[in-house]
Amino acid sequence: MDVNRNNYYCDKIMGGMVLNLEKKIERLTLLLRLDGELDMHTASMVRQAIDIEIEKRGIRTVILNLQDVQFVDSSGLGVILGRYKKLLPLGGKLKITNVPPHIYKIMELSGLPKIINFYLDEAHAYEEGRGA
Amino acid sequence: MKTNQLILTFSSISENVGITRLLIASVGAQLDLPLNDIEELKVAVSEAVSNAIIHGYKNNPNHIVYLDLDITSDTLKIVVKDEGCGIANVEQAMQPAYSTDPERMGLGFVFMQSFMDELQVESELEVGTTVTMMKHFKQTPISSH
Repeated sequence: MDVNRNNYYCDKIMGGMVLNLEKKIERLTLLLRLDGELDMHTASMVRQAIDIEIEKRGIRTVILNLQDVQFVDSSGLGVILGRYKKLLPLGGKLKITNVPPHIYKIMELSGLPKIINFYLDEAHAYEEGRGA
Repeated sequence: MKTNQLILTFSSISENVGITRLLIASVGAQLDLPLNDIEELKVAVSEAVSNAIIHGYKNNPNHIVYLDLDITSDTLKIVVKDEGCGIANVEQAMQPAYSTDPERMGLGFVFMQSFMDELQVESELEVGTTVTMMKHFKQTPISSH
């Protein structure tokens, strides 16, 4: 079966049981735009996508744009917290931008905004910590 | 609202977690629940089913998870059952931030508790775990249009 075609139909018909990732790397910053649902099934995909850049390319700042995330549960939050914990001893940073209100609600319940910095958009996330 | 029952049995693979969310969202929509309630039901079901796969069956894909939805005039009852390893100490497992895995937040039961009106967990080692969740809702008045 053509996996991409199948994913396409899942996306269109059922509102996205899959997760699409768009990666952009600029110097030591990885920008990841997530589109879809972040659960135990898609969490490993996000983990791998980020960890490979931290390990192979020496990425130290990861920006997660969650604008098109329709769903998150504790598995999804776990992978975000896990990347934060991985970057911390390396002197790195994890930044989250464009969080939809219903996704923010569940993040708030988990206490994640107390430890991870949230930004309005990508521009604000890039700006902070860049140095004057 | 007529009473209704749906039973889904499925392989313990992560792809199926999304399917259980679709099912609960459809049922929620049929019950005319507010969008916010449907979002919360999706999280609760996602957590219970993920627990069954990850903890009950230790990510072994060759097992079966049971999802049972029971709808009466004012209550939605969700039962998620596995025949996996069971939980030694249910009370401890239900504590916030209790997790057997550092990559996980230990929030599964917290979310289930926050988003449902009732939560009951029965577990026996090497027999399995049954999570029962209830959501009470107001009956929608019969509209004339």
